[in-house]
Amino acid sequence: MKQAFEFVRRHRVAAVIAFLLVFPLLMPYHALAINILLFGLFAVGFNLLFGYTGLLSFGHAAFLGVGSYLTGIAMVHGGWPWWAAVVLGVVSAGVAGLAIGFLAIRTRGIYFSMVTLALGQIVYYAFYKAERWTGGENGLRGIQVPAMEIGGLRLDFLDPVTKYYVILAFVALALWFVSRILASPFGAVIEAVRENDRRAAACGYDVARTKLLVFVLSALICGLAGALRALHLSIVPIDSLHYLLSGQAVMMCLLGGMGTFFGPFVGAGVFLTLEDVVTVFTKHWMAVVGGVFMFFVLFFPSGIWGTLVKRLERVR
Amino acid sequence: MEITPSLLALQLVTGIALGAVYALLAIGLSLIFGMLTVVNFAHGAFFMVGAFIGLYFLGLTGNFWFSLVLTPLVVGALGLVTERFLVRPLYGRGIDYPLLLTFGLSWVLIEAMRVMFGIEGMPSSTPPELRGAIDLGIGFFPKYRLFLIFATAVVVLALWLFLEKTRYGLIVRAGSRDGEICKVLGIDIARVWLVVFGIGTAIAGLSGVLAAPTRAVNPEMGIHVLAESFVVTVVGGMGSLPGAVLAGLLVGIVFSMTSLFAPDLAELSIFMLMAVVLLLRPQGFFGKQGLMS
Repeated sequence: MKQAFEFVRRHRVAAVIAFLLVFPLLMPYHALAINILLFGLFAVGFNLLFGYTGLLSFGHAAFLGVGSYLTGIAMVHGGWPWWAAVVLGVVSAGVAGLAIGFLAIRTRGIYFSMVTLALGQIVYYAFYKAERWTGGENGLRGIQVPAMEIGGLRLDFLDPVTKYYVILAFVALALWFVSRILASPFGAVIEAVRENDRRAAACGYDVARTKLLVFVLSALICGLAGALRALHLSIVPIDSLHYLLSGQAVMMCLLGGMGTFFGPFVGAGVFLTLEDVVTVFTKHWMAVVGGVFMFFVLFFPSGIWGTLVKRLERVR
Repeated sequence: MEITPSLLALQLVTGIALGAVYALLAIGLSLIFGMLTVVNFAHGAFFMVGAFIGLYFLGLTGNFWFSLVLTPLVVGALGLVTERFLVRPLYGRGIDYPLLLTFGLSWVLIEAMRVMFGIEGMPSSTPPELRGAIDLGIGFFPKYRLFLIFATAVVVLALWLFLEKTRYGLIVRAGSRDGEICKVLGIDIARVWLVVFGIGTAIAGLSGVLAAPTRAVNPEMGIHVLAESFVVTVVGGMGSLPGAVLAGLLVGIVFSMTSLFAPDLAELSIFMLMAVVLLLRPQGFFGKQGLMS
């Protein structure tokens, strides 16, 4: 048990990917598996900022949404190929992250959450009103990924299993990227900023620039999740930009365990499965999920995975 | 449409009436923050609950004034329970936890209202004695909106008198300066915090009843209101009551003026206002420098 845990920990990217490879076989239907994959990535991006840097943003839906919308707009209005549109979506999310981050890091603590929420709403209203490009309230429709052939392998997005594995390829790349960031000296600096930013500044690190850089990196990951979600849904609902969706990332991250590598995926899985199961019995799933979330905040603030890790470490 | 001075003046008064509700919301938020350093993410939900409970009492008794008095008490009581059993265990665990908890609470409150009153929302009506419009000299203006401005002024005055002129208000102010010293002096600070959270949520409930006749009452009405009241608090300066009033009115005026000239940009304008304030004066109008650190 101990050795297995240590092994998983050392090869965290490989372990997540191995799990995600067999994941669709464990789920009752593929749409849920894809959703968990996408929201897991969204929560991973968010976790980089919240869990590792200690900045609680309530505006991350903006980056998911910008990623989705720009990918969609490039494909629907520009006729771009899907992979180029994804790149555009990710880069745009990064630019949005730079703009919002620049303003938001001027504030600290609780202020930061309120300001990111409000700045995220600017993006929401801007896209809401730009009806000509975004479809306004109805969302952006008609994103289609044509079937393609790569080295004799036929990839058709209409097949959910194929779609899952194509998206997984991108997610794997992003996870490797995040893992590299965290393992680098820069990763140590962002955790230092979380623990004590004054001391980090006294050690000679530029705290503001570190925060801004993490903010942008986090926005890029969330933008990728958004871009892939546009391909998956083939529409972009306007809710993608709303702060309630930012709140979902917060919830997933905490449920799974903030500041852990696997936590966000665990959280996304629990959140979406819970939503899925509860909706069978009642349409008031938000009450149940909200209640479960409050329970975790009160009694298990380290989340499911985080608590598990703590227990295992104590055994050691 | 021709823009005349009297139209501008009317729009200004409309903005002040809208701003009055924003000011009330921000006062509740600021009061709680100034004292407990808790940002109440369920503030919009308490506002929404206030609107529903207000309409419920109105339907029960047929008397608006009765519901205007009773609703804040009910919502305030809900706030007391929230502080005592949900927020209190989180003190000392870092500022993010109460925020996260109240966010979860807002989901529960939204669904609770959906269960109790349906997902469609409820029709609201203006009390008969406040229907119609009166001539302000610049044109006709709805009586109810004038009443909103008046009611807000009364609440602000009452709160000011409470904080500045009563013994309990003195304790509250001392507690927000330094809770530790208050404890040493023999004041039960936990009880003061409880009361302040109750007052803050009661004001949110009151603004819900007051705002109900001017907007659609549905379970989601608090969601955008929360974001808007954050804008007001950031512009005014967190934890400052005069800042909350001033910024509330300013945000209301900016909103109504933009809706006159560029209706599409109305919502956007108040968030842009916040961005500008953040660039020029990150701590807001009356915020203390370094309060957030």
